[in-house]
Amino acid sequence: MGVEKKRFLNQLEAEGLKQVVPDSFPGKVIPGGNGGNIVVTTLDSVINWGRANSLWPLYFGTSCCAIEMMQTGAPKHDFSRFGFEVARPSARQADLIIIAGTIVNKMGPVLRRLYDQMAEPKYVIAMGACAISGGPFYYNSYSVIKGADHVIPVDVYVPGCPPRPEALLEGMIMLQEKIKTENMTKKVNPIDGFDEGK
Amino acid sequence: MKNEDLQNIINGFGTDLEFSTEASEFLNVIVPKEQLHSVCSQLKSNPDLKFNYAFCITGMDWGKELGVIYHLESTELKHQLVVKVMTDDRENPTLDSVHDIWQTADFHELEVYDFFGIKFNNHPKLRRLFLTPDWDGFPLRKDYVDEANMIVK
Repeated sequence: MGVEKKRFLNQLEAEGLKQVVPDSFPGKVIPGGNGGNIVVTTLDSVINWGRANSLWPLYFGTSCCAIEMMQTGAPKHDFSRFGFEVARPSARQADLIIIAGTIVNKMGPVLRRLYDQMAEPKYVIAMGACAISGGPFYYNSYSVIKGADHVIPVDVYVPGCPPRPEALLEGMIMLQEKIKTENMTKKVNPIDGFDEGK
Repeated sequence: MKNEDLQNIINGFGTDLEFSTEASEFLNVIVPKEQLHSVCSQLKSNPDLKFNYAFCITGMDWGKELGVIYHLESTELKHQLVVKVMTDDRENPTLDSVHDIWQTADFHELEVYDFFGIKFNNHPKLRRLFLTPDWDGFPLRKDYVDEANMIVK
């Protein structure tokens, strides 16, 4: 679908490729689960299989991207095919928060509080230009936060204004692939050190 | 009622009223700020006008003047009118409140105060509505400066 999926280090090393992530890349590339012993990696793969295929999203639709997000859950695109079956209105029961819309300064503390209320492990998808960078329309404003990653750590960015449901599905499947490469012994909580600018 | 008929009636309500229909489907009337309250109360009480509904009250910064635009409608007689009022004083702009004529103006004026800093005489409780109580400045004014969040053009 036009997206380069071979972005995880273990996949690249398996193919003999090195240094494909440039030093200037702003994000963090998650290393794969190699190097553990066989019991832990097997346990990892079972747990990750369960986690990746049963992600319960919390809706955080603050503007027009929410309409596309609803469409992604509606019968035509139907993200429940991939295990995002149960959309939750409560942070306590959710594993994944989909930020679909502009975050303003007044909404920032609310978003952070919802994130803190979610049970670990928790994941974040920033959907659309507003959640990524403040948006094409409102960035030059006194009230808009220039990207949700100023408030909480983001796992997957889905660009678009708004992204089509296919794009959001692609982002969600990417998140599943990321979860499948997690390693229990090396896992770090993304919120650790986040406020210090890590 | 046609705009010309509206103009003929409203013209008697005060002195120095300016009328215009340029670039607008509604009749526009610019009212001197001293006469705002008396003109508005007559607009509502006159049996031929009966403007009983203020469907939009907007703050405006024209660069030099600050002001308020009132969109009025008569739900019974089905005609609309735009009333504009402006003040040159940018340091301490003050206009009369019309909340005793149209009750919805209460919160609309709070919003105008919040974003443009226009104070309203006789308003029951003028305070910050959308912004935090300790907010400094009025962000929708043309000369508002916020170097942390806005790209200065």
